Amino acid sequence: MTGYRLDYLEQLETESIHIFREIAAQFERPALLFSGGKDSITLVHLAVKAFAPGKIPFPLVHVDTGHNFPEALAFRDLFSAKVNASLIVRKVEDTIKQKNLTEPKGKFASRNWLQTYTLLDTIEEFKFDACIGGGRRDEEKARAKERIFSVRDEFGQWNPKLQRPEIWNIYNGRIHKGENVRVFPISNWTELDIWNYIRKEKIDLPSIYFSHERDVIEHEGQLVAVSGFINMDENDIVSKRKVRYRTVGDMTCTAAVESNASSLDEVINEIIATRISERGETRIDDKVTEAAMEDRKKNGYF
Amino acid sequence: MDLLRFITAGSVDDGKSTLIGRLLYDSKNILTDQLEQLEKQSKNKETGGIDLALLTDGLRAEREQGITIDVAYRYFSTPNRKFIIADAPGHVQYTRNMITGASNASLVIILVDARQGVVEQTRRHSIIASLLKIPHVVVAINKMDLVDYSRDVFNDIVIDYAAMARQLNLEDIAYIPMSALLGDNIVDRSEKMDWFEGKPLLQFLEEIETDNDINHTDSRFQVQLVIRPQTEELHDYRGYAGKVISGIYKKGDVVKILPSGIESSISKLEIAGQEVEEVFAPQSVVIQLKDDIDISRGDTIVKAGENIKVGNELQTLLCWMDEKPLHSGNKYYLQHNSRLVRAVVKSIEYKLDVNTLQQLPVEGPVKLNEVVRATIKTASPLVFDSFAEISANGSAILIDETSNSTVAAVLFQ
Ligand SMILES: Nc1nc2c(ncn2[C@@H]2O[C@H](COP(=O)(O)OP(=O)(O)O)[C@@H](O)[C@H]2O)c(=O)[nH]1
Repeated sequence: MTGYRLDYLEQLETESIHIFREIAAQFERPALLFSGGKDSITLVHLAVKAFAPGKIPFPLVHVDTGHNFPEALAFRDLFSAKVNASLIVRKVEDTIKQKNLTEPKGKFASRNWLQTYTLLDTIEEFKFDACIGGGRRDEEKARAKERIFSVRDEFGQWNPKLQRPEIWNIYNGRIHKGENVRVFPISNWTELDIWNYIRKEKIDLPSIYFSHERDVIEHEGQLVAVSGFINMDENDIVSKRKVRYRTVGDMTCTAAVESNASSLDEVINEIIATRISERGETRIDDKVTEAAMEDRKKNGYF
Repeated sequence: MDLLRFITAGSVDDGKSTLIGRLLYDSKNILTDQLEQLEKQSKNKETGGIDLALLTDGLRAEREQGITIDVAYRYFSTPNRKFIIADAPGHVQYTRNMITGASNASLVIILVDARQGVVEQTRRHSIIASLLKIPHVVVAINKMDLVDYSRDVFNDIVIDYAAMARQLNLEDIAYIPMSALLGDNIVDRSEKMDWFEGKPLLQFLEEIETDNDINHTDSRFQVQLVIRPQTEELHDYRGYAGKVISGIYKKGDVVKILPSGIESSISKLEIAGQEVEEVFAPQSVVIQLKDDIDISRGDTIVKAGENIKVGNELQTLLCWMDEKPLHSGNKYYLQHNSRLVRAVVKSIEYKLDVNTLQQLPVEGPVKLNEVVRATIKTASPLVFDSFAEISANGSAILIDETSNSTVAAVLFQ
């Protein structure tokens, strides 16, 4: 028995910091894809630690669908200023205009799929060679085999042939021109690990993660916020409920859960008690097919 | 609460997927919506009931082909420990997959079908566990329900395995009789095997002592990157960021930079911007030195007086992981933690049969999943240990210059 031991959150943290430093050392132009959600906030928090007392040596990139929660956008601006990171915002709206893309239709017309175009354009514009994301292997079955350094071809596509065995803690980030690596420093964290870490590190989150009153409609058992982005019809009944969000996505495709949890402890207790995965509970568009996530990964969404 | 990483190994149909599914299911780590999906899929297959093996099924392409390739990672936790399972399926590419999954594992569960006992695959998995120095081994003797929960069957297998393990220098071995399908000795003690005095699997995994798995004696640190903020208040700041590979470093320690051999001492230690008095493996830290020395990524910092190898001709064991074979004389990059150097495979001495540990002559190119003893020459010196002594500083990968693939796991001898 020695006193030299780390608890599980310290082990996860130290591993993630190691990965961040490999990214900074191996790539010329990395970028951190910042969604404004708790996973990417945790990522930034870890990046701050990895490079302290220096500044984070890469920008945060936000692909703004135009359907974001205003609270999340306000948080994004404050947060990036607070950690002294440079922030690049690119709007899906602009891509739609430039490329003359067709806006998706339907009740919850989601620009989720269109994000890919904006993301790939942004990668091209800044010549990013590594994009850091908050993907976790526990999120979905298709992610369980995802590498920490995941190589993508010129089209941003995931191809099994390009994937390399990751042995020990040695990360091979060598790529050909035009290729790009998605790096997932929190691959080994679970949703609950993230929440426990947020609590331990006292990390600030956007207010929508905590209970608040909101006008919602009920759709197939899920609560969707009333906003200018969804198409309501006469069957929709608007009601005011006390809700919180488990993930921060677009207002069109993220469902709220009813909750009185207004502190982090209360939120964590509820998450432990519900036993439903965050994707299952709050993503409206993922239910379509079991392989939805996998398809998107193939298409370069993530 | 700490973290335990383990890998499961077994031949096809020994019950590996069922076992993992059972661990996740019985430890209540399967969420309601995932369970619903599972029930739906189980019905699709018209097998009736929940097919636990489906829980660990991977990508659609593989599902469609009915095979699983590569390593998948699963997560579960109990109030006492968080677990990461490297799930490496047993097919043709097995050696590669097992090495990948085992490289970060501190425990291996080797599945044995009680009806078959120790078979060639068992031996192979055990040899790989021994080559990779996995500290703890659990021999899971599964399908005990099919042998009437017989104590004699169990004992015979234990005797067989122990005899083999002695030749392989496997030390910490536990034997657990179980039925993954019915849940005997997985989470709860089996009532049908009251003769068994050991712990059920989950309890064993929760309680196994892992403190000595990490070397805290020999100090090894490699620089990942140099932090130089160059701001007004941190004008002269120069910190060496990296992971403590092994050992402990304290403020004031006299250290040696390698390969240059220059000495200095530690003036400051930081973790995430906070000053600390000492750091230890496997922490990610920043070291500041008293003197201004030219140090860059890949340089090693050890405490003065450490015994460590420096050289550019390396005796290695190579586990080949690429479809494209290795020819003696081929050029590669070698990556040793963060140090990247050009390397050439000078000669290949012999092939190691991973089923028997026999040394065989090498005929022709080295193919996927083969393990060979080879001499590698690097363009500049490496600072390393033998894998047997300090595995974290005794391992590397080879990268193909043209495809950029990781083509081999390298163990320094
Ligand atoms: N009777 C019995 N059958 C088992 C047991 N464990 C697994 N099986 C069955 O053995 C077959 C292969 O199991 P599976 O988990 O898919 O094996 P894998 O190929 O090692 O992943 C399946 O039909 C399982 O239901 C067990 O403990 N007892």
